[in-house]
Amino acid sequence: MTDHSFPLHHFPEELLLDHAAGTLPEGLALVVATHLALCPACRATVADCEALGGALLAAIPPAPVAPDALDKVLARIDAEERAAAPPPPAPAPAEATLPRPLRDYVAGDTDALPWRRLLPGIEAARLGARSTAAPDRFPVSLLRIAPGAAVPRHSHRGLEATLVLEGGYSDASGHYERGDVQLGDASVDHRPVAAPGAPCLCLVYEEAPLKLTGPVGRWFNSLLAS
Amino acid sequence: MTATSQKTENLPDAVRLSRLVVAVGESRDREAFAELFGYFAPRIKGYLLRQGASEAQAEELAQESMIMVWRRAVTFDPAKSGASTWIFTIARNKRIDALRREKRPDYDPDDPSLAPADPPSADRAVESTQQAARLARAIAELSQEQAELVRMAYFEDKAHGQIAAETELPLGTVKSRLRLALGHLRKAMAEEA
Repeated sequence: MTDHSFPLHHFPEELLLDHAAGTLPEGLALVVATHLALCPACRATVADCEALGGALLAAIPPAPVAPDALDKVLARIDAEERAAAPPPPAPAPAEATLPRPLRDYVAGDTDALPWRRLLPGIEAARLGARSTAAPDRFPVSLLRIAPGAAVPRHSHRGLEATLVLEGGYSDASGHYERGDVQLGDASVDHRPVAAPGAPCLCLVYEEAPLKLTGPVGRWFNSLLAS
Repeated sequence: MTATSQKTENLPDAVRLSRLVVAVGESRDREAFAELFGYFAPRIKGYLLRQGASEAQAEELAQESMIMVWRRAVTFDPAKSGASTWIFTIARNKRIDALRREKRPDYDPDDPSLAPADPPSADRAVESTQQAARLARAIAELSQEQAELVRMAYFEDKAHGQIAAETELPLGTVKSRLRLALGHLRKAMAEEA
């Protein structure tokens, strides 16, 4: 399924600059990059930030490399060219709804993920980092919300970034659909409700565990922590 | 020689650098690669040293980055970015991989699920020598406080939240300074040649 309407809710420019400079943790970079796959406008901003990186690289005072550095590199290239060329990467399945790079982290069908039921109508599946860095630096989950279901009122201890992949949801701040991003922090206290019709699938980066502020809060908090 | 003329002479010829990458990609041109190596390897090493790599590590990673340039030159599209920009992304990814020990997730321009740009922005990023000069000038014109934040972002591996924490500036100030800096640079890039 391809949706040609572009997202209305974007990452702020300073976060796109962080992504271009390469300063974001892998988990947040995954959410940003998946948004980029769905958002040409933010891709253009990142391209500008990378051009800034290119200009800064060109202006760096050169640090002399070893006198034999070029010869070494050419020798390594020769050895590589003699060896068999690596096989080309497998083409993407045409029916894929998860854009790259997210698809690389899900490896197959989302139904095969270890879904945990948090509340009636709300399930979460934690994704794993592809890097060797500590897995606790990868607080990224997929969240599946049944049509019309409501996520209990909550705010956030740290930065939370939510990207809608399928379906949609609304809260007091607006309506979010495929490709849209919502950032939450301690100042945001909201109660998202999934749109009727189809389930809402979201990619969520959560810098610190959610802080539930409503009546079901404490119970839901303990589920999230499990 | 005045400072201005010196600056102009030292400016890389962006078009030439792009052609060199294309020559490596299309015909495995070793002379073109050697020229690219002479220009970029010491700059990539300088970039990695600023990011906290040791001398030996920066040397090794600069060499590995240039091997990536050779390998991936065939994917370089001069209509989409300049050579410096493209090589910056290679050096950046090498740094994340080696110094942070993380992968850098990125979108795939050939992914069928990619939302296509509408209208296609094929020539918006073409990097002419004049455009590179305008961008360099715009960087030099940034206020000291903006330039400092840009430096921390690109050379010290600090995201804007971390910059705010370390400089003890309010988060909103860091955000607005980075946005102003970016706005200034984008305006310079968008100017007519």
